[in-house]
Amino acid sequence: MFYLFCPYCGEHREEEEFHPRGQAHLSRPEDPDGCTDEEWGDFIYFRTNPRGLHHEIWVHAVGCRKFFNVTRDTQSYEILETYRMGSAPRITDLNDKQQSREVQA
Amino acid sequence: MTQRNRLDTGGRIDRGTPLGFKFNGQHYQGFAGDTLASALLANGVDVIGRSFKYSRPRGIVAASAEEPNAVFQLGATEATQVPNVRATQQELFDGLVSQPTSGWPGLKIDFMGVVGSLLGRMLPPGFYYKTFMFPQAAWDTYEKYIRKAAGLGRSPRKPDVDTYDHLNHHTDVLIVGAGPTGLSAALSAARAGARVILADEQAEMGGSLLDCTDKLDDKPAAEWVRGTLQELAGYDNVLLLPRATVNGYHDHNFLTIHERRTDHCADHAPTNLSRQRLHRVRARWVVLATGAHERPLVYGHNDLPGCMLASAVSTYINRYAVVPGRKLVLMTTNDNAYRTAFDWQDAGREVVAIVDTRAYATGAWQAEAERRGLKILKGMAVIEARGRQRVTGAVVAGLTSDGNRVTGDRQILNCDTLASSGGWSPVVHLSCHTGSRPVWDDDAIGFLPGKTVQQQLVAGAVNGRYSLSDCLTDGASIGAEAATKAGFPAKPATVPFVRTRPEIGAMALFCVPHPKPNSRAPKQFVDFQTDVTAAAIELATREGFESIEHIKRYTAMGFGTDQGKLGNINGMAVAAKSLNQTIPETGTTIFRPNYTPVTFGAIAGRHCNDLFDPIRYSAMHEWHVRNGARFEDVGQWKRPWYFPKADETMQQALNRECLATRESVGILDASTLGKIDIQGKDAREFLGRIYTNAWAKLPVGKCRYGLMCKEDGMVFDDGVTSCMGENHFVMTTTTGGAAGVLEWLELYHQTEWPELDVYMNTVTDHWATMTLAGPNARKLLAELTDDIDLDRDRFRFMDWRQGTVAGVPARVFRISFTGELSYEINVQANYGLHVWETLFDHGAKYKLTPYGTETMHILRAEKGFIIAGQDTDGSVHPYDLGMSWAVKEDKPFSFIGKRGMKREDCVRANRKQLVGIKTKDPSVVLPEGAQAVDNPDHPLPVPMLGHITSSYYSACLGRSIALGVIKGGHNRMGDTVHYPLADGRIVEAEICNTIFLDPEGERQNV
Repeated sequence: MFYLFCPYCGEHREEEEFHPRGQAHLSRPEDPDGCTDEEWGDFIYFRTNPRGLHHEIWVHAVGCRKFFNVTRDTQSYEILETYRMGSAPRITDLNDKQQSREVQA
Repeated sequence: MTQRNRLDTGGRIDRGTPLGFKFNGQHYQGFAGDTLASALLANGVDVIGRSFKYSRPRGIVAASAEEPNAVFQLGATEATQVPNVRATQQELFDGLVSQPTSGWPGLKIDFMGVVGSLLGRMLPPGFYYKTFMFPQAAWDTYEKYIRKAAGLGRSPRKPDVDTYDHLNHHTDVLIVGAGPTGLSAALSAARAGARVILADEQAEMGGSLLDCTDKLDDKPAAEWVRGTLQELAGYDNVLLLPRATVNGYHDHNFLTIHERRTDHCADHAPTNLSRQRLHRVRARWVVLATGAHERPLVYGHNDLPGCMLASAVSTYINRYAVVPGRKLVLMTTNDNAYRTAFDWQDAGREVVAIVDTRAYATGAWQAEAERRGLKILKGMAVIEARGRQRVTGAVVAGLTSDGNRVTGDRQILNCDTLASSGGWSPVVHLSCHTGSRPVWDDDAIGFLPGKTVQQQLVAGAVNGRYSLSDCLTDGASIGAEAATKAGFPAKPATVPFVRTRPEIGAMALFCVPHPKPNSRAPKQFVDFQTDVTAAAIELATREGFESIEHIKRYTAMGFGTDQGKLGNINGMAVAAKSLNQTIPETGTTIFRPNYTPVTFGAIAGRHCNDLFDPIRYSAMHEWHVRNGARFEDVGQWKRPWYFPKADETMQQALNRECLATRESVGILDASTLGKIDIQGKDAREFLGRIYTNAWAKLPVGKCRYGLMCKEDGMVFDDGVTSCMGENHFVMTTTTGGAAGVLEWLELYHQTEWPELDVYMNTVTDHWATMTLAGPNARKLLAELTDDIDLDRDRFRFMDWRQGTVAGVPARVFRISFTGELSYEINVQANYGLHVWETLFDHGAKYKLTPYGTETMHILRAEKGFIIAGQDTDGSVHPYDLGMSWAVKEDKPFSFIGKRGMKREDCVRANRKQLVGIKTKDPSVVLPEGAQAVDNPDHPLPVPMLGHITSSYYSACLGRSIALGVIKGGHNRMGDTVHYPLADGRIVEAEICNTIFLDPEGERQNV
């Protein structure tokens, strides 16, 4: 059971209040009609499934209803950071874990 | 029967409170303070079960959670049956009724016993897979008897009479285990002011101190326990949880504790008390002080009743005043177990010999044994036990110093109890639950908790510090460290001085060799619960299994409800030896939650019956109940399904409801439809992006139907959205889809188009919605409103008006899901029942008829209106539905779904398309899901054309109607297709237009 920090509510809350919405930082192509079938297929169907660092979207479904990003180690289930929509992750490499702990502390 | 093994003095039992209990149909007596196991041993009950595979007689081996054999079915009545209870953990109460779960048809005459002894050699690992899986069909038959004979317990067939609950906690320090380590850790943390939860699986806290003969500060250990608990109980920041097993260690320091609150009181819980409680704890820091289980040694016939763990024997003597035999042989690899021989002797029984596997065993403990006149056989081992229903002797032989071979002559020692100690196995289970692998430690001769990402500390025996004084010191300092890390600077508590003898090094021995190879030696059991022998593990390695995880699965080692607490390390040692590896090279299997079995009651807590899933009721629900509605579940909602009168069948009620609506006026409670209020200056633009059709020009006061697709172009919801103001819309969604649609809208707004000025919120529950439908709808509504002009040309189809209905503010939408003249009246939910009843007050003269969801479905199907999720399934786009009119391709923004529905697969010919289906025989109603074929005589496999999505009997048309998808259906109007049904009938039908009634739409425009 995860313990997630909602960057909008500013609090840690139980996993039951949230649910995941898949990979983060995917953006809808600017010109969908200009996409080939393959490009559009990639956008709607293909996702990464890394062992290790993963950026994903979660929604505070029974809280503030906001979507936000989570950087998570899919192997240890550590949450390395959570950050608002539209901002970039601070951690993009598992070697930065230590740094994240300091940031969160 | 008398308690023939009970001592006259000593122990922590209350001889003044005798308790009667039943085991396997026999009456026995024990004392308050007993466990079921200690009481059985006191009564001299040797055989308490039959083994899983070979059906061998088994006795009690251990004294706590690691007990593999004494797993019973409890309960005096059907409703209070509890399977899987370890007798060593069940406190005795008066009237307790227990049954062995193994040994069908009986403990003495058994079915598998014959099979087991005759076919013993023919039951290798994987036996069941190899033998009984073929033919597949017969497995059901075999399984029933194998399971019954194996004894896995059974669930009650009547509802549980007890209640269970859940409690959530946040804490600074959770300490698991209240033995010497946990208690001193708790002192350190509690004194610093940290919130502390101390949980222990036993009724009394103190762990090994409760049966220990060592003195703390020259006083009995139990006195220190009492004082410590008294101090801890005095702190407001400390929660003591006895009878509470920490069963699961989950991510982010979330732990579950299974507390048995009243299992010790009676067959069921006293009134107003829950039986068990599941504590859900989020802890800043966790201290694992889970201790260690003694590891038995593996030798021939080591499963005979009378073969026990040395420490368990001591526990029974010191804590329960039960000596489980007369004549003891103790085999040990270490000094610690000498205590058992001393305890036995002090209880006035005979110690035949201490068999020490170490030739070098010369130290303080041996000196004490000699002072006591005990015989020590050094450098020797018990290679097999003798006896049938109980140990009668031990075969002892010399052992080479590496422990690999037997030397010298054999001698037989007469005894009835054979205690063994192979050292300690740290209880690393919880530390593994979040994925951390334990690490072998040569000094501890055991696996210790590995590195973890959790905020977890380990202390005492679980970390390989087995001696009492180490446990106390380690506990105190780790407890202080945990509190400090949690923000409460702490100093280690002062711990008492332990007067004891120094120990010399233990020997790493797991399986005692036999002169014969293991495959021919008497069975040497590694895992009692799943009947896995050393020979079976060796066989598995010979068959090519090298990974310990595979060996585990092939042999079933560690698969029982005891999760291999007793046998796993020995099994790994046997596998390692057989593979010519070290134990760390072989590695260990991983333990998963739960540590001991948890009842379903505790898992469910109060989340059962009405509280399992919330039920939502409309504001008019009470009226529906009063008027005999049958309900159907739609999402969490209870919706009226139909309103049968006196003796009507369902179909009769539906026919009546349909005809009344089409002929005069009907009313539907539509409150459950999802309603989303959307505001903001970009609301209109937003709608244009998420709906497939146009919204740019919808004027205030008008409504429009919209289709919503996902990016793949497939329809996922639909509904009518109305323009309330230039920047204000109210969207309706399907009942079941409401929450999903709102989240979908939020997702796109928040992640893709945050620049749009738009806000949305659910208003489903704010409004009560009632739909008047039928030719007399206007006349009826006119009687209840004087400020809404209902003139057909001024309040037109797809208009909405604000006004007053039945004296309360209302929004009235002239929209229709039936094809009839129809008004959807929305009022504040609190007024819903009033307006509904007022409509009925005035409606009698029009024969106003309530109808439910089923009639709604029929009426809409007659008109060919789809239901998203019924006629669509995620693979159907608007063109497949023949709804190109609802797709506006030239909108400036590439709306969601537009690109998707242009993909190669979406534009190919021969897609499944929605059509109407008329059976040739008008009285036959096709089942939904029926598959269409062109030629039912086609050889198998018959090409499938599509299936029926909606199917009803239409009273208005006097025939059956159906909607369904057919490959290329839009171009096959008038064709005949066949629906072969499960019952063998083949139904002939014609493809037709989806609109069965009033194709011009005249009825709604009156």
